[in-house]
Amino acid sequence: MTAASNSMIAIGNLVKKFGPFTAVDGVSFSVAKGEVLGFLGPNGAGKSTTMKMVTGYLAPTDGTISVCGHKMDEETLAAQRLIGYLPEGAPAYTDMTPLEFLRFIANVRGLKGPAAKAAIDKAVARTEIGGVLEQAIDTLSKGFRRRVGLAQAILHDPAVLIMDEPTDGLDPNQKYAVRRLIAEMAPEKAIIISTHILEEVDAICTRALIIDRGQIVADGTPAQLMARSRYHNAVSLIMPAAQSGGVAEVLGALPGVAAVEAQPRGEDAAFTVFQPQGAEGDTRLIDEIANLAKEKGWTLRTLYREPGRLDEVFRRLTRPDTETDASGEAA
Amino acid sequence: MREMWAIFKRELQGYFATPLAYVFIIIFLFCTGAFAFYLGGYFEREQADLKTFFDFHPWLYLFLIPAVAMRLWAEERRVGTIELLLSLPVPLWAAVLGKFLAAWVFIGIALTLTFPMWLTVSYLGDPDHGVILASYIGSFLMAGGYLAIGSCLSAITRNQVIAFVVSVVVCFLFTVSGLPIVIDFFAVWAPQAVITTIASFSFLTHFDAITRGVIDLRDMLYFASLMGVWLVATAVIVDMKKAG
Repeated sequence: MTAASNSMIAIGNLVKKFGPFTAVDGVSFSVAKGEVLGFLGPNGAGKSTTMKMVTGYLAPTDGTISVCGHKMDEETLAAQRLIGYLPEGAPAYTDMTPLEFLRFIANVRGLKGPAAKAAIDKAVARTEIGGVLEQAIDTLSKGFRRRVGLAQAILHDPAVLIMDEPTDGLDPNQKYAVRRLIAEMAPEKAIIISTHILEEVDAICTRALIIDRGQIVADGTPAQLMARSRYHNAVSLIMPAAQSGGVAEVLGALPGVAAVEAQPRGEDAAFTVFQPQGAEGDTRLIDEIANLAKEKGWTLRTLYREPGRLDEVFRRLTRPDTETDASGEAA
Repeated sequence: MREMWAIFKRELQGYFATPLAYVFIIIFLFCTGAFAFYLGGYFEREQADLKTFFDFHPWLYLFLIPAVAMRLWAEERRVGTIELLLSLPVPLWAAVLGKFLAAWVFIGIALTLTFPMWLTVSYLGDPDHGVILASYIGSFLMAGGYLAIGSCLSAITRNQVIAFVVSVVVCFLFTVSGLPIVIDFFAVWAPQAVITTIASFSFLTHFDAITRGVIDLRDMLYFASLMGVWLVATAVIVDMKKAG
């Protein structure tokens, strides 16, 4: 992607084996300042294992990890100082209060006195946990716990931020707040997040990796990934079901249409009109359909050109048993 | 160093943040007293010393210290905080030592709180304070030995019950290795040198020597190296688990 010179995280051919099982199988990527890299993949694909290796918690079986030029295996502590890490499930010492916990982290990270206080205040404000600072962590709700974990991760204003499912278990408002926080910090940091929530990728990631069975099966911006969807550039329309008789045939007869799919939707009917592969950026189809609707007197509830559907790309790439031609441009 | 103290402080705080510390201290004080007075025949001996009190320490430690040690690493692994701890910029030795020292100091606090025993014996007679002090030091060192073994075995598993049971067994072997129960097993076939070596591993042998009031450098060295070896083993195991 970006020039290797400004990449803050550089991962080369990372392999992790647990006995006979290969959890991560030759993963390479780099993340530059300002990038938010999203890890996508089914459970057990190797996302968390990769993050655990990047943060120095697990030692790789093979491969290299470099954080701002510090090799993780040789200069572990120097590399770890630059990283803020939110592990999966946001573990914390539950017998402590968030304030005690953050003080401990500040202490370990070498922040003292006023510097520690300033760092804690800032992290507390950013994660909005000011109201629960004196409450034992094990009495906190899942959302607050996650945010305490987040506060811990950003406490020392790290150059590299690695978060394993940062929005898991949060309600929509909290998710929004965390995404905003990530976006706010993004320009100054290199960030890796993992997520199951595909809309999140579109919302906050500048780049996404889809990982399956330990290997990268797709690497690109959200738009690039969506362009790999069969829905990319297809035109969808919804009209009352009463009018929909024969519509599929009419649409199918339009020039430059490869296929038409119909789906009943309650009182409405939805149609998706596919263009042949390689019809990139062609807007004529949607215009034609709009004209056609006017001509035939269809009541269109919606008419839009699909950017592509991430969930469909995700499913196709991570289920090689159904489609084997999906390995595309694996990195 | 800074990291070690941070971890030490957190761990020690952790004991007192939960009922664990209070339950442990109360049971420890109750047991040391009850054993000394009832099983040891403290009054019947009509001697102004704490021998009956200290004699039971190895047996008490055998169960109480693995109970403290079992959570050291197993708990972190179970809750997942170990991932946090090991991804912080903390040298491994600092984490191992910080945790161990916190637990050791905690047991030291419990041990210190048995001072009314010493006051009682001073009130009743004229004990040899040197012997008592030496015995306290010996007891504390022995506690460190048990704790180091427990720390290592706690690092192996995420299951605290397993950590506890295995620690009790290993501690038991170390406690009695000078007694016939172990020696007889080897006596038949092993050469004398091996038997002497095994016997010299016994906590009891070294502890008894100290409680007689003789702080021999060899006994101190024994406990110190025992702790050293088991703590290094702890670090090695934690590191090995990193490699998966």
